[in-house]
Amino acid sequence: MSKSIDQVFPNAKQWLLSWLAGSPSWAIQVVSILTNIFALLAVFLTLFALISVLERKILARIQNRYGPNRVGPFGLFQPIADGIKMLIKEDIVPARADKIVHFLAPVLIAATAILTLGVIPYGRNMTPFTIDGGILFFFAVGSATELAVFMAGWGSNNKFSMLGAMRAIAQMFSYELPLIITVLPVVMVVGSLTPDRIVAAQAEYTFGLVPRWFVFTPWGAAAFILFFVSGLVESNRTPFDVPEGESEIVAGHMTEYSGFKYATFFMAEYIGMFAISGLGVTLFLGGWHAPARVLEIIPSYVWFFVKLSVLLFVYIWVRGTLPRTRIDQIMNVAWKFMLPMAFTCIIAAAVWHYAGRGLRGWLWSLLVIVIVYTALSILLDTRRKFAQRVYRFAE
Amino acid sequence: MNGAAFIVISILTLAAALAAATLRKLMHAALSFAVAFVGIAAFFFLLGAEFVGLALVFIYIGAVAVLIVFTILLTRRDIEKDRGFNWSGVIIAVAVFCGLTWAILKTASLSIVAPHIRALTVKRIGEALMTSYVWPLQCIGLLLTAALIGALVLVMEEKR
Repeated sequence: MSKSIDQVFPNAKQWLLSWLAGSPSWAIQVVSILTNIFALLAVFLTLFALISVLERKILARIQNRYGPNRVGPFGLFQPIADGIKMLIKEDIVPARADKIVHFLAPVLIAATAILTLGVIPYGRNMTPFTIDGGILFFFAVGSATELAVFMAGWGSNNKFSMLGAMRAIAQMFSYELPLIITVLPVVMVVGSLTPDRIVAAQAEYTFGLVPRWFVFTPWGAAAFILFFVSGLVESNRTPFDVPEGESEIVAGHMTEYSGFKYATFFMAEYIGMFAISGLGVTLFLGGWHAPARVLEIIPSYVWFFVKLSVLLFVYIWVRGTLPRTRIDQIMNVAWKFMLPMAFTCIIAAAVWHYAGRGLRGWLWSLLVIVIVYTALSILLDTRRKFAQRVYRFAE
Repeated sequence: MNGAAFIVISILTLAAALAAATLRKLMHAALSFAVAFVGIAAFFFLLGAEFVGLALVFIYIGAVAVLIVFTILLTRRDIEKDRGFNWSGVIIAVAVFCGLTWAILKTASLSIVAPHIRALTVKRIGEALMTSYVWPLQCIGLLLTAALIGALVLVMEEKR
């Protein structure tokens, strides 16, 4: 019974395709691909609508106010109202803008965000796009976002846009490095770039109790924290939202966009957030596996989305709690702390592997991380170095 | 299916390459250049060489295209101006084309049937890199890490 519920979506797709049994194989292939795309879009656009109202609700709760509560029960129909508003707004294109680039930027940014969703396993046999180098695909496609942001900034022909794009690209480039390097230990330990294999490697339970998720190893925990922070930066979320800091540069690269194009940017940002959280769940939190053997009767996709929701909640929580950081602080952390720690995770994972992946390896890798962390903290300690800040400009 | 895909990708790649060579605005040309890279990556996917295709997208779209775009932005003062027609570029292009054609024509045609090779999976590439080519890989890794740290040292704040 629980097995059939678990497989209800793959079975539904099989049933759908069985209607086409007689048709040529390329037709079946196309229909199969389209089914995946439609399912992905339907699920994540709904999630986007939901999370946009939930975010406002949670932020309101943190700031001791009510939040949206006028449209529908508990304000749940707010995204529909927002969507209609965005659709009927006038689409303004600046007269001096580069029309083609200005138009293509939101298209490209949304396309790359949605493509990255494709390689994540959402449940048992539920990977929309199975590819050998799935992890590589994620980052390869994701790296096109920088070009899209640049196109938005340059195409708008506006100083605020260009400044915002420069900031965005600077921080995205800097954090792409720790983001990818923190993924490496997982890839090393599993020996595969395929998301399905990475999830399968985290299936068992130690002593039949603690799940073997990578986040429960010292290197995994450290890598996960680094990954999560880098993910925050990559999706331009508070406290790293300097590219669109409202009080400084209007809305950064989105300044000259209005109506539905602005909504597309907004959607791409959220979808990027889902994708990076989904990858975090896959890599470190055991993917769609249940946290205990008895809980395996609950379908796998439920577990995936529960974990995803927890991560998204933390995103919102962080946004409601922390102030915005300065761009030079962001850069300093990236190059002086995140990068060495990310390299340390690789070494710690190797130590864990060669010490037998047991308790001994656990302690040894913890030791490696603690030593490097302490050394870095002492080296980077700025408490004694208070001085007037020196401003540096690009000449 | 593959034939149709080949034609579509070819048209896309050639159109983008032509646009990169002829477009008046330098920034448009740079962006078309990136599109041409997407086309070439698509060819690799079509041939089943996933890893090469992905690496191409990763390096050329994610890094090289952004680098080109920034170079144009930071060095040229005449981004908005139309650029004149460059005859030397045409001569070089024609020379390269003729050279390649000559080389292809001179080569004896391969009439043998292509041997059946195993699909080039990421796993196989990884195994090859980690066994037969481990020393070159390590050397490149060391070089790149040194370059990374060197870049960091170069841009580090000077001592006050």
